Amino acid sequence: MSAYSITEPTRRSKLVAGVLVALYAFVTLLPLVWIISTGFKSGPDSISYPPKVVFEPSLEGYVNLFTTRTRVGAEEFENLPTAETWYDQIVRDQGMVIAGPSRFGERFLNSVIIGFGSTFLSIFLGTLAAYAFSRFKVPLKDDLLFFILSTRMMPPIAVAIPIFLMYRELGLSDTHLGMILLYTGVNISLAVWLLKGFIDEIPREYEEAALIDGYTRFQAFRKVVLPQAATGIASTAIFCLIFAWNEYAFAVLLTSGTAQTAPPFIPTIIGVGGQDWPAVAAGATIFLMPVMIFTILLRKHLLRGITFGAVRK
Amino acid sequence: MPNPIDAAARATPPTVARRIRGLSDRAIAWLFVAPTIFLLLAINIFPLIWTVRLSFTNYRANRPNEEVEWVGLRNYIRILTDDGIWANMQTTAHFLFWTLFFQVILGFALAWLINRKFKGNDLLTTLIVLPMMLSPAVVGNFWTFLYQPQIGLVNYTVELLTGTPANSFSMLGPGGYAPWSIIIVDTWMWTPFVMLICLAGLRSIPDYIYEAAEVDRASKWRQFWTITVPMVLPFLMLAVLFRGIENFKMFDMVVLLTGGGPGNETLLASIDLKREAFEKWRTGYSSAYAIILFVTVFGLASIYVKALNKVKER
Repeated sequence: MSAYSITEPTRRSKLVAGVLVALYAFVTLLPLVWIISTGFKSGPDSISYPPKVVFEPSLEGYVNLFTTRTRVGAEEFENLPTAETWYDQIVRDQGMVIAGPSRFGERFLNSVIIGFGSTFLSIFLGTLAAYAFSRFKVPLKDDLLFFILSTRMMPPIAVAIPIFLMYRELGLSDTHLGMILLYTGVNISLAVWLLKGFIDEIPREYEEAALIDGYTRFQAFRKVVLPQAATGIASTAIFCLIFAWNEYAFAVLLTSGTAQTAPPFIPTIIGVGGQDWPAVAAGATIFLMPVMIFTILLRKHLLRGITFGAVRK
Repeated sequence: MPNPIDAAARATPPTVARRIRGLSDRAIAWLFVAPTIFLLLAINIFPLIWTVRLSFTNYRANRPNEEVEWVGLRNYIRILTDDGIWANMQTTAHFLFWTLFFQVILGFALAWLINRKFKGNDLLTTLIVLPMMLSPAVVGNFWTFLYQPQIGLVNYTVELLTGTPANSFSMLGPGGYAPWSIIIVDTWMWTPFVMLICLAGLRSIPDYIYEAAEVDRASKWRQFWTITVPMVLPFLMLAVLFRGIENFKMFDMVVLLTGGGPGNETLLASIDLKREAFEKWRTGYSSAYAIILFVTVFGLASIYVKALNKVKER
C-alpha cells in the first residue's frame, strides 16, 4: 500500500473503531473469563451475591471435578486421621471425605479417543478422495458442495433415529468405534471439500515432473503432493477435531456409559443441592482450553473452514 | 525391416507407458474415492432412506418385537394438522429471525469497524472469534449459571445498569424472557461468524473503486450505500444461509439452557423432535417429523441459493 492513500481511514476514525471493537471484545469475553474464574472459586464464593470479582483462589472445583465425595457422621468425622494430601484437606474443609475418583477422567479420555480417531480417519480417507477429485475426472464431482450442504440440513436428531436403530442391530451402540465411524461420516464430506481446495492450489506441474522422472502416480502423491498440502491437511484436521470434540446431540443420544464423551457429562456434574458450579466451571475450562488454543493457531484458515471452503481469503 | 515391437513402443503415448509401471490413473481414482463413498452411503444416504421408510409406519424403537404396520401418510397428516407443531415452528421462526437480525447487524458493524485496520485489530479479531469455536452444550450449560435469578452475572449487571433488582426477574423462568435469553446466547456465540465472512467481503473490495468514487466527489455516505453494501451483500447472504441452516436445527445449546421451557416457550422444532423420538419413542411419527423438517430447510435453502446466485451475478 502506498504511504498515503485517500481510502486510508483517518486517525480519529481508527481510534473510535479500535475503542468500540475493544469494548465489544470485553463484553463478549466476560462469560469466558467468568467460566475460568468460577473454576477457581470455593463453593460459597461462586454463588455469593453480589458476584465476587476478587476472591481467594481455591482448587475446590478441580478437586471436586476429579473426585466423588461422601458425608460421614459428625463423630466419625472427628475421629478421622489427619488428611494426608492437599486434596484430601480441601475435601475435608467442605465437611466430606473422598470416596473415589469421578468419571470425568474417563469421559475426557473418551473425547480424546473419539476426537482423534475420527479426525485421523476423516483425514486419511479425505485426503485420498480429495486428491482424486482434484486431479481426475470423477463422476458427481460438481454436486459435492451441494451434497455437503444438504447433509448439514438434516437435524442431528433426524440422523440419530436410523443410526440408533442401525447401531443397535450391529452392536455399535455406546462403543468408541461406533462414535468414530459416525463422526467420520459427518466430517468426511467437509474434509474432502476443504482438502480439495488446498490440493487444487498445488500446481500440477510438480507431479507431472515427478511422473516424467519415473515416479508412479502413487509415489508422486506421497512424495510431492502430501508435503505440499501439509498446512491444509493440518488445518482441516483441526476443524474435524473441533467438530467431534464439541458434538453433543449424537453423543447424548447414542452413548450412555463406556463411550460417553465430555460434553454430555459436564452438565451432569452435581454437588449438594444442584449443580456444583466450581466443578462444572473447572470441567468446562479443561474442556474448552484445547479448542481456544487451536483457534488461535488456526486463525489464518478459520474463514475457509467455517464456510466449508466457500469463502477463501 | 523395423522391429514391430519397437514401432509400437514409439507410438505408445507416455500416459500408457506410465500405467504399466503402476496402477492406472483410473484405478487409483476409484481406489482413493471408494472408501469415502462407502462411508457417505452408510452414514448419510442409507439412514435417510431408512428414515423415509420408517415415516410410513407406526414403529416404536423401544418395542422392537411389536408388529410394525404400514400407516401410509397418517403420520404426515397428523403432524401437519397438529397445532402444537405449528406453535413450535413459530417458536423456531422467532428464534431464527431475531438471531439472524442481531447477528447480521452486529457482525457487519464489527467487520466494518475492524476493517479500519487500527493497531491490534488482528489480536482483537482472534479474541472475538473464540465463543463460536466452543462446545455449544458446555457453553449453554454454563450460561444457565450466568442467568441465575439471584446470583447470576446477567441479573447483577442489569441491576447495576438499570436499578431493576436482580431477584425481581428470571431470564430462564416464567415472565417471557426465555425466548430472548436463547437469542442472546446464540448471538453472543455466532456474531463472530457473520463478522468473519463480512470482513472477507470488505477486504475483497479493491481500493481503486473508492478512489474513483473519491475523484467523483461521492460522499462517504453514498460510497457506503453504493459500493460497500452491494459488494458485501453476497458474502452477507452466504453467512445468513449458513446460520439459517444451523439455527433451524438448533438443539444442543438451547436444550441445555432451557430444555424447551418454561412451558413450551423455547420448544424449538429440534427439541420437540428429540422428545418425540427418544422420550416418547414414537419412531415412525418422529421420522415423518424429521422428513418434514428436512424438506422445509432443503426447500427454503434451494430458493435462497437461487436468490444468492442472482445477487452474485449482478
